[in-house]
Amino acid sequence: MAVFILKRLAQVIPVILGVTLVVFLIMQMVPGDSAVILAGEGASEQTIEDLRESLGLNKPIYVQYFDYIKGVVQGDFGNSLKNGKPVLEEISTRLPITFELAMYSIAITIILGLIAGIVSAIRPYSWLDMSFMVIALLGISLPSFWLGILLMYTFAINLGWLPVAGWESPMHIILPAITLGAGGAAIVARMTRSSMLEVVNQDFIRTAKAKGLKGYVIIFKHALRNAMIPVITVVGLQFGSLLGGTVLVESVFAVNGLGRMIVDAIRTRDLPVVQGGVLVASLIFVFVNLIVDILYRVFNKRIDLN
Amino acid sequence: MEQQKVLEVKNLKTHFFTKEGVSKAVDGVSFYLNKGETIGVVGESGCGKSMTSLSILNLIPSPPGKIVEGEILLHGKNIVGLPQEELRQIRGKKISMIFQEPMTSLNPVITVGEQIAETIRLHEKLPRKQAWDKAVEMLRIVGIPSPEKRAKQEPYQLSGGMRQRVMIAMALACSPDVLIADEPTTALDVTIQAQILEILKDLQQKMGMSIIFITHDLGVVSEMCDKVAVMYAGQVIEEGATEELFEQPLHPYTRGLIDSLPKLYEEQDELQTIEGSVPSPYKYPVGCRYADRCPFARDLCREAQPELIEMAKGRKVRCYQYSEKWNLQESGEL
Repeated sequence: MAVFILKRLAQVIPVILGVTLVVFLIMQMVPGDSAVILAGEGASEQTIEDLRESLGLNKPIYVQYFDYIKGVVQGDFGNSLKNGKPVLEEISTRLPITFELAMYSIAITIILGLIAGIVSAIRPYSWLDMSFMVIALLGISLPSFWLGILLMYTFAINLGWLPVAGWESPMHIILPAITLGAGGAAIVARMTRSSMLEVVNQDFIRTAKAKGLKGYVIIFKHALRNAMIPVITVVGLQFGSLLGGTVLVESVFAVNGLGRMIVDAIRTRDLPVVQGGVLVASLIFVFVNLIVDILYRVFNKRIDLN
Repeated sequence: MEQQKVLEVKNLKTHFFTKEGVSKAVDGVSFYLNKGETIGVVGESGCGKSMTSLSILNLIPSPPGKIVEGEILLHGKNIVGLPQEELRQIRGKKISMIFQEPMTSLNPVITVGEQIAETIRLHEKLPRKQAWDKAVEMLRIVGIPSPEKRAKQEPYQLSGGMRQRVMIAMALACSPDVLIADEPTTALDVTIQAQILEILKDLQQKMGMSIIFITHDLGVVSEMCDKVAVMYAGQVIEEGATEELFEQPLHPYTRGLIDSLPKLYEEQDELQTIEGSVPSPYKYPVGCRYADRCPFARDLCREAQPELIEMAKGRKVRCYQYSEKWNLQESGEL
C-alpha cells in the first residue's frame, strides 16, 4: 500500500511538467499581448517595451518556461502581472472557497445519485424509476451555466427564497452547489442503477435470499458493496469535471473561488495566475484519483493495487 | 411404523410467462421425502429439476416465473403462497440450499466467516461473538484446515472445493430439516467431488437431515441417494428406490440414460446416446413428451399423455407400456 502511494505521488512530477507546458504554450498562442493589456490604453511604445523587459516577457519562450519551473520547484509560483501579488497568496485565499463548493457539490452528487439509483434498481421500470431516469437524463443534458441561471431565476429572483449570488452565508452555497452537483448526480444515478441491476441477478444474491436474509440486508450489505466499484470510478471522474465546472458556476454566481480567478486571469493574460491556478487544480485531480484507487481496494480486496 | 414425511411436493407447476409464451418448466411434479432420506432428482439440462428445487424456497425469478398450482408441504404445512416474512423464517433455517457454482454463489466482498455467521445471527439469534465462533466451528466440521484463519478470508482466497465446503457449512449452520443440493459437485474436480459427497453423507448421518440431490450425474445418484425421481420435460417420469431403478429401469428414457453411461468392463467403440432432444417447454406435444425420441412409441403414445402409474409401493412410471391399454393395442383390440 505504502509503495503504491509513493509510486503514485512520484507520478505527480510528469503531470506538473505536462500541465504547465500545455498551459504555457496555449497562453502563448492566445492572441493579445500581456504587456499591451497591462500597460493600458494609450500607453507609449516605450512604456510597453519597458514593461515587457521588467516582466521578462522578451526572453525566449523556453527560457521563460524553465524560469517558471525553477520557481515552482522552489515553491514560488511567480507574481501576478496585474497586481504584483504572489500567485500562491492569491490561490490560498481562493482555494478554500472552491474546495467548500466542490465538497458540497460532490456530496449532492453522491447522496442524490445513490438514492435515485438504488430506488430505481429496486423497482426497475416502475413509475418512480422512470421519473428518476428522465430527471437524470435532463441533468446530464443541461449545461451547468444554463441550469445555474434557471435555478437563480426561479429560486432567487421569482420566489426570493435564496440569495442571487455571492458567498457569504450557508444560504449562498445551496444554488451553486446544486448547479455544480446536478450533472454528476445524474450520472451517478444511472451508473448505480445499472450496476445494481447487474449485481442483483448474480448467484450470490440468490444465495443471500436462500439464507432467509431480510430485503434491506440483501440490498445494502450484499448488493451495494459489489455495485459500488463502477460508481466510485464515475464519482472520481466526476470530480475532474467538477473542477472544470467551478469555472462556469463561480462565474454565474459571482463566487470568488479558484475558477473565477482563472477566468479573470485569462481575460487579462495574467499568465502566472493562470498557470498557478491550473497547476493547483491538476494536483487536486491527481490526489482525488489516488483516493479513488485506494477506495477500490477498500470495497474490493481482490484489487491488487501494485 | 409409518415413516415421518418431512417434505412433500404435490403436483407442483411452475410456469414462466414470457413474451414468447408460457414456458411450463415444472409441470406437475410430485415426490416426498422422509426424515433422513435422500432423494435424487435426475434429468438432462432444462428438464426442470433446478426450477423444482428453486420453487420449494420460492426463489424462482419472479416475474416471469410463478408457481401456478400445487402444494409444498413442510411437516404437513403448505408453504406455497406464504408471505415473504414467514418464508424467510424457513429459508436457511428449515430448508437450506447449496448451489452448483461455488465460484459465484458466495459474495465476493464479504469474508466467508461473516457469510456463515450472519445466517446464524439471523436464525438462532446468537450474539456476534458466539455466531462467529459457531461459524468457525462449522468450517472445521466441513473439513477446512485452520478455520480461524480461513473464516477471515474472502472467497477469492479459497479454492473451488473449499468454497463448496463453505457453502455446505453455511447451509448446515442452522441444522436444517431439508437440504437442497443443486448439482453441488458438477463444477468440481472428480477427487474434490468425492470429498464433498463424503462430507455431505457424513453430516447427514450426524444431523439427520433429509437431502434433495439435484444432479444429472447417475454415478453420484447411486452413491448418494436412497431413491430417485427421473425428470423429463417438466415431469417426473419414473420414481423408485435407487437400487431397483438402476437394476431394472422401467421407462425407456431411464433405460436410455443408464445405457448411455460408459461401461467399465465392456469393450465399447462408441458411447450410446439418446437420439433427438428435449421438447421445448413452450410447446409440449399432446401425447407422451418422450414419444418423439422413444424407440417403442406407438400411435397411442402420441394421442394423450400417460399417467404416472404406481407399479409397486414407491415405484412409479409414466409410460403406456405398463398400462392395460398397451396390451389391448398389442392384441389389436383397440
